[in-house]
Formats: sequence, structure tokens, C-alpha cells
Amino acid sequence: MTPQDFDFLAQLLRQRSGLVLTPDKSYLIESRLAPVARREGMNSVDDLIATIRARRDERIVWSIVDAMTTNETFFFRDKAPFDLLRDVVLPDLTSKRGGGGKLRVWCAAASTGQEPYSIAMTIDQAPQIHKGAMVEIVGTDISPRVLEKAKSGLYSQFEVQRGLPIQLLMRYFDKIDESWRLKDSIRSTVQYRTQNLLEDFRGLGKFDVIFCRNVLIYFDGASKTNVLERLAQQLNDDGALILGAAETVMGITDAFRAASGHRGLYLRNPGWRRAA
Amino acid sequence: MKTCLVVDDSRVVRKVARRILEEMRFDISEAADGMEALERCRGGMPDAILLDWNMPVMNGIDFLRALRREQGGEKPVVVFCTTENDMDHIAEAIRSGANEYIMKPFDSEILESKFAEVGLV
Repeated sequence: MTPQDFDFLAQLLRQRSGLVLTPDKSYLIESRLAPVARREGMNSVDDLIATIRARRDERIVWSIVDAMTTNETFFFRDKAPFDLLRDVVLPDLTSKRGGGGKLRVWCAAASTGQEPYSIAMTIDQAPQIHKGAMVEIVGTDISPRVLEKAKSGLYSQFEVQRGLPIQLLMRYFDKIDESWRLKDSIRSTVQYRTQNLLEDFRGLGKFDVIFCRNVLIYFDGASKTNVLERLAQQLNDDGALILGAAETVMGITDAFRAASGHRGLYLRNPGWRRAA
Repeated sequence: MKTCLVVDDSRVVRKVARRILEEMRFDISEAADGMEALERCRGGMPDAILLDWNMPVMNGIDFLRALRREQGGEKPVVVFCTTENDMDHIAEAIRSGANEYIMKPFDSEILESKFAEVGLV
């Protein structure tokens, strides 16, 4: 790929999705875009880029953004955030509110559903913690394609073996032919919406917990600040934000403060107000 | 270094499992059926056992039940690793004392994920 093509692609991705394509990620281009090129009947990724440089076909542009932004996911990825939810966030919310009411959780990069469903299973296993609260989980992603899969609740044998303990497979899944299907009791607690985080998401309403893991790492500095500050506005005052293990708000925004002793957990900073 | 006994009648599967587990810093021994595995365990219990189901002489589930009755036989963490992939087999394995369950085919990610699940890594 020529440096000009690389720059073109990087700019396109940044405009459309906020994704920052750095040269060290260039190895992803071939593996992610070769299937798109094939699907479009082209011989190579170079041909694919040349085509949209010549004429910006929105459908192809979308396929490219979709392929480049779809990130790997698996059940209970990193484990710690889900322990944090069960052991710290939910008990804290319950003790402040005395149980009941509504508990709304937003999973901001739901991908093929493993994260929102891991959240749903975590909550389901701790009924004493949320004390009869109505649980509503909203999973969003920029890609409608991955959300279709998420909604189906169908996973391959390979997918259910990454991160999912066998006890949970037995408890929450049914085997359908060669696939595994999540039971309706869990599936029905998650709703999905297509959402680009760079665009207005106030319509989703307010949340008690927001999972936004391993998304912001792909954004440039200004987009990070922008997204985090708008996330803060969707979070109830006593709510919690959970970021990826390698992510932080330090030096990016004062809207959140790190919860001491709990890596990846952030709380709203009461003194912060978004500049008008 | 933790020890892992790989029990499978396929030499190829044992070899693949050995390679992955050695990279995870396990000290590996092998057995080709349940009876051979039981004899090895009587000589010293490993920390972990990766266990096939269908094998000649003594199959995996019979081995597991016998192991759990042995002195010190509750100690090894047992991870089934078999082509049997229906709920009945999984439930029977867990009831009989297995700690985790892998459905073949497996790769290093699945093996690592499952071993992490039961606290082996």
C-alpha cells in the first residue's frame, strides 16, 4: 500500500468512526480488508482503496469502516471488570438506594454481544445484590452487522469456550445443532442499538453503570475528551464508568475521578460541569 | 513448576497439548488411557490433568471416578478435553468431579482460558 493510500484510509476512518490508524496497526489493513475486496469482486486491497478514492461509494466505505472497527471480543474478557461490577459497583449502588427501582447498564462497544451478556449473567448470579431492581442493559456498537449476531444470541463452540466457565455454559446456554444459544432469560435483558460514539447519544437516556472498554484507545485525544465528557452526562451522579485496563481519564478530562484501589473503575467528579 | 498429566489415546493430541502446556510452563507427563493415568497418579498426584473421554482399556469418566476415590485424588484439577460436546456428557463430567470441560477441537487460547478459569495459570 502506498503512503498516500494509507493516509487516505486513515483520514476516512478517523472521520467516520474516530478510529486512529497508526502505522504500527497497518498490518490489520490487509487481514481486515482483503475479505471486503473479495466480496466486492476486486483483486486486492489496493484496488479497493483506488475504487473509493475515485468514487466514494458509501456502501463500500461503510464496509471498510465496519471491517476495520470490529474488534475481538470474548465472554468475561479480562474477568476483573465483572468482579468489580459484582463486588463493588452493584453493592455500592444498592446500599445507597436500598434496592428496588431500575438498574440501567450501558455497554458502549457491545460488538457480538459477549460483553453485555457477561454483564447480564453477572447480575443474574447476584440476585441478593440488586435486590429485585429491574435490570435493563443497553448494548451499542457502530456496526449493525455485529449487533445482528449479538441479538441472535447464537455462538459457535469456539466462541463459548473463550472466557466462559463451563458452569455458566451449562446454566445459561442450550445446544442447537452445532451452535450454542443463550437462554431467553438472559437474552431478553439486553437491548441493542446502533450508535457511533462520535455522534449524539443522549437519546439512550441515563445510566447507572457504563462499560466503555477498549474503545477509546483507538480515538485521538480530542475525541477521547469529547466522548468521555458526554458519557459523564449520561451517567447518574452515583453511577460508575468502567474502562479497559490500559485506559485512563488522567490528562483527558476532569469529568471523572479514579476510584482508589479499583483499577478501571471511575466515578463522576461532583465538581465538574461541562462547558456550555 | 506445576505438573500436568495429559491423558489421550491419540499421540498427536498429546503432542499438541504438550507443546501448548509447556509454553504455559507446565511440566508434562503423558498417559494413553485411564488405567495408565491412574497408575501414574498413584506414583504422585499432578497439579492438573487434561483428560480425554473415549479411550481403550479405561475411559476418561471411569478414570475420573476412580481418581476421586484415591487417597489425595481430590487434589488434581481435572479438565476434560473431548469431542463429546453435548450437554449430557458435560453434565456427567462435572457431576463426576471434573473442574472444567473443553470441547475438541481446541487451540492454545481455549486451553489457556480454561486453565485460567480454574486457577492453574
